[in-house]
Amino acid sequence: MDLNTIWFILIGVLFAGYAILDGFDLGVGSVHLFVKDDYQRRIFLNSIGPVWDGNEVWLITGGGALFAAFPNVYASVFSGFYIALFLLLVVLVFRAVAIEFRSKRESPRWRNSWDIAYSISSYLIAFLLGVAMGNIITGVPLNEMGDFVGNFWTLISPYTVLTGITTVALFMMHGTIYLAMKTEGEVHQKVVGWINNTIIFFVICYVSTTMITLVYVPHMSAPFKDNPILFIIPLLNMLAIANIPREIHHRRYGWAFISSCASIAALLALFAIGIFPNLVISNPNPEFSLNIYNSASSQRTLTIMLIIAIIGMPFVLAYTSAIYWVFRGKVKTEDLHY
Amino acid sequence: MGEVELLSRIQFAITAGFHFLYPPMSIGLGIALVIMEGMYLKTKDKKWEDLTRFWVKIFGIIFAMGVASGIVMEFQFGTNWAPYSRFVGDVFGSVLAAEGIFAFFLESGFLALLLFGWNRVKPPIHFLSTIIVTFGAHFSAVWILVANSWMQTPAGFQLVTKQVGETLVTRAEITDFWQVVFNPSTIDRLTHTIFASWLTGAALILSISAYYILKNRHLEEAKSAIKVGLIILIITSILQLITGHQSAVGVAKHQPSKLAAMEGHFEASAPAPLHIFGWVDTEEQKVKYGIAIPGMLSWLVHFDSSKPITGLNHFKPEDRPPVNIVFQSFRIMVGIGLFFILLSIVGTVLWASNKLTSAKWFLWILVFSVILPHLANQTGWIVAEVGRQPWIVYGIMRTSEAFSQNLSPGEAWFSLILFTAIYILIFILFLFLLDRTIRRGIGIYTKEDIYSKQKSLLEKG
Repeated sequence: MDLNTIWFILIGVLFAGYAILDGFDLGVGSVHLFVKDDYQRRIFLNSIGPVWDGNEVWLITGGGALFAAFPNVYASVFSGFYIALFLLLVVLVFRAVAIEFRSKRESPRWRNSWDIAYSISSYLIAFLLGVAMGNIITGVPLNEMGDFVGNFWTLISPYTVLTGITTVALFMMHGTIYLAMKTEGEVHQKVVGWINNTIIFFVICYVSTTMITLVYVPHMSAPFKDNPILFIIPLLNMLAIANIPREIHHRRYGWAFISSCASIAALLALFAIGIFPNLVISNPNPEFSLNIYNSASSQRTLTIMLIIAIIGMPFVLAYTSAIYWVFRGKVKTEDLHY
Repeated sequence: MGEVELLSRIQFAITAGFHFLYPPMSIGLGIALVIMEGMYLKTKDKKWEDLTRFWVKIFGIIFAMGVASGIVMEFQFGTNWAPYSRFVGDVFGSVLAAEGIFAFFLESGFLALLLFGWNRVKPPIHFLSTIIVTFGAHFSAVWILVANSWMQTPAGFQLVTKQVGETLVTRAEITDFWQVVFNPSTIDRLTHTIFASWLTGAALILSISAYYILKNRHLEEAKSAIKVGLIILIITSILQLITGHQSAVGVAKHQPSKLAAMEGHFEASAPAPLHIFGWVDTEEQKVKYGIAIPGMLSWLVHFDSSKPITGLNHFKPEDRPPVNIVFQSFRIMVGIGLFFILLSIVGTVLWASNKLTSAKWFLWILVFSVILPHLANQTGWIVAEVGRQPWIVYGIMRTSEAFSQNLSPGEAWFSLILFTAIYILIFILFLFLLDRTIRRGIGIYTKEDIYSKQKSLLEKG
């Protein structure tokens, strides 16, 4: 395996880490307005309180790693998806601000307004990330320099809207399971009642996306035809999803959450296998596609970064797990910082 | 200059300037938090615990603002400066990887323990988290400053040209990681920025503590905090003089066109005076309405007042930076630096004569001087960045070649207006939150605390 492939996988791992971690806190945001009571909303908010900021760092690091390993992709995608990216940044900033401010005043109107801002931003972030994924799958118009030659509306198509909604559904399911794990009492019963609905919503979206992808985007399934062993990934994915209701039934919410994490990881693996070795597919003119070779940094840079990653990542994983361990267990009233 | 280029420049200046309000405060406050919490663990005095908790709250607000504005910073290199990103990506790759893996995760992970871990971990572990977050904040400054210093004094790379389609594309590729990290200006600029950050944090602590003393609130805590702040201020204001001088000498050596703009020095090669103040007339090529010390600049750079300094006329007109803005910004920054040295001396004298917390005029100066380090930080960056123009990477890539050519003016206007509006909004909210935290005061944390305090006041009263 060459360095370019290793970095393709590592960036995939960073984005999967981001999807799994920020996925649940965006999901918690998306169901925030489903409860009306201020105390219950604060329980929701504080279940992600100590970790949401750290979860977003995975996105920052993923963006940084993309800049570092594949600068041409970073430059083309970000300048090309200009309006979409700034919208994403706006909602990211807004969500952070809403979380910080909503509990700082007692006034119900103040809190309700920030709650709405927070929840809508959570939906929009998930949706925009899904739209971006959809565009990477179908490909976008690039010129021979690798510059994007469409505009904002080029990025919006029925297919990309569908991948956007699927992402929302995925995070909703993931976040609801996380809440089931972190809450107790009345609010817990409420949340558990939502889980099945979110699973159904997600499965419907997932099946539709898969069917449409198989019919209209054949390059995504080609690697599986060539290497049938890869079918183990969609199989694991379905097993993971099917396992969730079983664990919920046995009240093993931690295991249900792990299943949900596994299914997100499997989905991203399917996505990565489908586009490999491309990073941005050019459509039309596939010969202008940006792949892991024509958009990469030099071998020396990839080597130095790999050394840094090998030294640093074990520490990151160790202390991140330790911090999650410190904040394990149900959210209590005395934890209400927000 | 085209519309898109101008808008991209303005947008970068606004986002970078706004973002840089926050990291210096977190870096500086971090140091103070380590001192305060360390004092608490050593003395077990509740005063220090209350102070630590109070400043951790403010630290949390500032940190959140830094993260929110920082995300925009990172992404706009790709959005508005795509050719630049392609050009430097290979060199910055390793630096950014180090930043992400060694600093970002560390900071944000342990921040959770710092803010929310009071009831979850033992005090020594909490103290350790404080140290780690502070260390992480410094470490991320290191990598950012490495990248920016490389743009000022590039080293450890080679230019490689490749054919893409029909055009030739050149980029910088790394040849030596340590030369990139320790490029000629890294150490000077890093130390100058870190001490500026400590000074910024100290000014914030001094301001709020002085305010409490003037309002007769939290006297015991505020008197302790003011001493912590003053010690940091005394040390950093003197260190800033040294690191500032070092930086200027480095600029003279490696970026002569920037030094010439800082001093409004035009003659290609002649001994140069030092202007205390003045107005640069670029038409007549001289500094007007000012006071100058003859030969002083030559003496500062070479320790010899007759040695020549390279002036702006040495460079082709298209290679010269804008002069007056650099000249004036530099004077504002230096003036503020000198003011803080004076303030430190006065503070030391008052402290020695036991009048530190009773001299009202001094306390009022402290309250308002919180704004000055920010002004110095901003003008300092203007000197560094505008002084580097017309280059984005000094001597190698021009800013006019670096912006995204495929943007339309409409798109650039859209993001500029949107982000200016949002930054104004979150800045107002930031001030509101800060004000609220200060009003609430030290040592009051939960509703129950407030109720019991009110109750005890009623019983007493």
